Amino acid sequence: MLLIHCPYCEEMREEEEFSPAGQAHIVRPLDPEVLSDEEWARYLFFRKNPRGLHHEMWLHTHGCRKYFNVTRNTVTYQIMESYKMGQQPSVTASEKGQS
Amino acid sequence: MTQVNRVAAAANQHINRNRPLTFIFNGKTYQGYEGDTIASALLANGVDVIGRSFKYSRPRGIITCDSQEPNAIFQVGSTQATTIPNPRATQTELYQGLTASSTNGWPNVDFDLMAGLGKIGGAMMPPGFYYKTFMYPQSLWMSYEKLIRKGAGLGCSPQQPDPDEYDKMHHHCDVMIVGAGPAGLAAALAAAETGARVIISDEQNEFGGHLLCSTQAIDGQLPSLWVKDIVDKLTTMGNVLLLPRSTVFGYYDHNLVGINERRTDHLGEHVTTSSRQRVHKVRAKQVILATGAHERPLVYGNNDVPGCMLANAVSTYINRYGVVPGNELVLMTTNDNAYKTAIDWHQAGRKVVAIVDTRTTSNGELVQQAQALGIKVLFGQGVINVKGSKRVKGVEVAAINAENHSVSSAISHYSCDTVASSGGWSPVIHLSSHTGSRPVWNDDIAGFVPGETVQQQHICGGLSGVYALSNVISDGFKTGSTAAQDAGKGDGSYASILPLINDPQEDPAMALFHIPHSKPTSRAPKQFVDYQNDVTAAGIELANREGFESIEHVKRYTALGFGTDQGKLGNINGMAITAKSLNKTIPETGTTIFRPMYTPTTFGALAGADVKHLFDPARFSAMHKWHLDNGAEFEDVGQWKRPWYFAKTGETMQQALERECLATRNSVGILDASTLGKIDIQGKDAREFLNRIYTNPWSKLAVGKCRYGVMCKEDGMVFDDGVTACLGENRFIMTTTTGGAAGVLQWLELWHQTEWPELEVYFSTVTDHWSTMTISGPNSRKVLEKICDVDVSNDNFRYMDWIEATVAGVKARIFRISFTGELSFEINVQANYGMHTWQAVMAAGQEFDITPYGTETMHILRAEKGFIIVGQDTDGSVTPQDLDMDWVVGKKKEFSFIGKRSWTRFDNKRDDRKQMVGLKPKDPKFVLPEGAQIVFEKDQPIPMTMVGHVTSSYYSACMGYSFALAVVKGGISRKGQSVFLPLSDGTTVEAEICSPVFYDPKGDRQNV
Repeated sequence: MLLIHCPYCEEMREEEEFSPAGQAHIVRPLDPEVLSDEEWARYLFFRKNPRGLHHEMWLHTHGCRKYFNVTRNTVTYQIMESYKMGQQPSVTASEKGQS
Repeated sequence: MTQVNRVAAAANQHINRNRPLTFIFNGKTYQGYEGDTIASALLANGVDVIGRSFKYSRPRGIITCDSQEPNAIFQVGSTQATTIPNPRATQTELYQGLTASSTNGWPNVDFDLMAGLGKIGGAMMPPGFYYKTFMYPQSLWMSYEKLIRKGAGLGCSPQQPDPDEYDKMHHHCDVMIVGAGPAGLAAALAAAETGARVIISDEQNEFGGHLLCSTQAIDGQLPSLWVKDIVDKLTTMGNVLLLPRSTVFGYYDHNLVGINERRTDHLGEHVTTSSRQRVHKVRAKQVILATGAHERPLVYGNNDVPGCMLANAVSTYINRYGVVPGNELVLMTTNDNAYKTAIDWHQAGRKVVAIVDTRTTSNGELVQQAQALGIKVLFGQGVINVKGSKRVKGVEVAAINAENHSVSSAISHYSCDTVASSGGWSPVIHLSSHTGSRPVWNDDIAGFVPGETVQQQHICGGLSGVYALSNVISDGFKTGSTAAQDAGKGDGSYASILPLINDPQEDPAMALFHIPHSKPTSRAPKQFVDYQNDVTAAGIELANREGFESIEHVKRYTALGFGTDQGKLGNINGMAITAKSLNKTIPETGTTIFRPMYTPTTFGALAGADVKHLFDPARFSAMHKWHLDNGAEFEDVGQWKRPWYFAKTGETMQQALERECLATRNSVGILDASTLGKIDIQGKDAREFLNRIYTNPWSKLAVGKCRYGVMCKEDGMVFDDGVTACLGENRFIMTTTTGGAAGVLQWLELWHQTEWPELEVYFSTVTDHWSTMTISGPNSRKVLEKICDVDVSNDNFRYMDWIEATVAGVKARIFRISFTGELSFEINVQANYGMHTWQAVMAAGQEFDITPYGTETMHILRAEKGFIIVGQDTDGSVTPQDLDMDWVVGKKKEFSFIGKRSWTRFDNKRDDRKQMVGLKPKDPKFVLPEGAQIVFEKDQPIPMTMVGHVTSSYYSACMGYSFALAVVKGGISRKGQSVFLPLSDGTTVEAEICSPVFYDPKGDRQNV
């Protein structure tokens, strides 16, 4: 059970207040119609499954109902940071020498 | 029977001889004392055989005194409601009238028919026996399995509901200490003295851990007095929570500790003075694991004969419970420490036949003490075999060569009735492993200790391989103050002074796990490693020879560590034997990973009070009581309780449905539709937002108008549908499916927050704010006119309009929308007025015989019209085009709305996709089962080529025949063709593909 910091509520709260919402920083293509099927499929279906640092979205479902981003180590489950939607992570895999 | 093995009272015993307790084991009545466990009481009564082994049905006795116990696991409790399968007798406190029985053994443990099979088949039942033997013919495995499972099995689950109450408690603390032995107590004191908030828990009924069975003086006094002193101090401090009888079953990420506190189990069955068990969930800033160490048995021939025990367990029974579990002891040890057991036995007044020490020599203080007492010590030897079957009768002892695993002398025989063995100690690393930390091998103690972790975790005492009592206590003080400092309390120092302890000087122990026999292991008498699963040294070596080299594979092939004890007793020995047989070191072989639960935890405790109506919240509409009073049967839709149908006295469900359908089509029916999700959407960009989320256009929807919309996921598949009304230029009310409401709101919020934050739009769920009743049928307008202050004629109130009006004196929104295909009005009033309005509508409708109907009639009526139910007719793989609903797709919308791009993906353009159609069974009375598979050709070899399935199917009283909705590959272009449905009873029925709109295809009835 994780202890998650909501950057909007600015509090550490129990995992049961939150829902995971998948990989973070996936941007919807501005003009989907010009994409090839393959490009569109990449946006739709292809997700990272890293061993190590991962940037993912969480929703504070039973709290402020805001989506936000979390950088989490998928091996140790350590949460390195949480940050608001639209912001960029300060801890990234390349800094830690991971792919 | 008398307590033949109970010896004279002594100051360090923890039983109350003034409180005798009677209990029943396997139908016989025995006596024990308050403070006993079932195990200590049985040993006091001289009961040797307490169960039969799992695979070979060998007689088994009590081996340990703690959570490691593999044999003494019983069925405890006298009724089908209170019976508990498989608690360990060594950890189950005795209470007056306790009833227990063995979980294995038929017809009884002393005379077991299965044992014959075990004896004859023993040599022929290697690991994988069941797989190897019962593999062919494969079709018979199901029959074999039933018999095999009957012969096996541990314990019975209760057949009646659990009458006890359970609860949960959440805590935050600075320092959580697991284990209240000398290390844990010292740590608790040091941490608490900094002012830190401390929780200390221990699985035993008393704090003290190893000191409860020790006679080693602390400050010149019994160790229990030191324990009492510390516990008294902790109890008077306001910042410490002490939890005895509380097992930490799991250590989870981010320092969450799960504890099960047994509050009344020791008092009897179904005690109602408090909850029976309580789960504590502790989120700790720092966790100190002070779980100590478990003694390891040695592996030798016939080491499972009752009377073979762990050395420390023997000491515990003597010192703590005043029970000497035999008369003549042979102790086999690899270390000095176990000599205490022989000394305890001797001092209890019974005979120590010999100490068999596998080392060539030792001159430690305990060794000298034993020799001074006149106890015979045999160095360089091992007990290679035990004689006896239901009780040890003697041992075979020989000189052994551990290096080349051989016996190097002739065998000597010794008579005895008890064999205690000690192979050293294994730190209890289970909890530290729960969070993913890999244990590391420590050569100095010949055991695994916790490895690196990312938790805020500290370890101390036996767990870290520190065994001498004075070191354990000072380690506790140090760790407690350090953990407190890490939690922001204190400066890392501690005030307590180490008590005066004289730790005996010990010579080095020998790392030995498996005692050689004069024959090779495969031919030697059975040498048990994991007692509960009958895993032997020979079995492990065989598994290694058959190619199972990874310890994880060895575990799964032999079942090593799979019992309720989870390998506590045997795992390290099993790994050592594997290592040796593969010519590897133990660290190279590695260890399997322990996972929660540390010991089995009841479902009741985990559920807590969240059972029955508290398990999941139920939601009721404002008219629920009316439904109850009027005979409704209910259906769960999400958390809602919705009327399913309203049966009149004597009616079957089918009769009720036919009556409800006909009444609605011919006069007027009424449905409670309050449960449909309602989301209030406001903001200047609300309209644009709807354009992007829905497949159809919203730019031109005027105030006062409603529109049906379909929502897709980005992959183009239908995800929800409903009617949205324009309340004002910048305000809409969206309805969703009952079950989809929460998901839709989340979906809207996701897109708004993550992709289009620039749109000014706000969402608020208002489902509970409104009561909604739909009146439907040709007479519905007449009913409404009677109680409404507005002209609701077709000229003034058009189909797909909504108006504000007063209904029965209550402000209402009325939507003229239809899910039945009939003239319909959906009346929405503030929820508090729901019942009032419903009753007024019912009264107004009386002259038209207004008929309440439930979800089933709603389903039938909408299906007659070919209206889909998302989640029933769709399953997340269906596009609007598959539903033949291209009309709901906006063709000119500027923004590439959610789902649009995916429809032009290659796969979604195929013409052989499953498409929604109607089905008419050839037999007009036969209702196709929902979910039935569809094939094009009747006579095909199995497996047939399946081309679709039935999604909705009913008998229509209005049309007089049965019908169905289905998805069929390329179905839209196959109308008029026959398909076949092979059913589970072996018959095949034929149906014709048709339009899904069966009733009033032109839609005239809703427009009148």
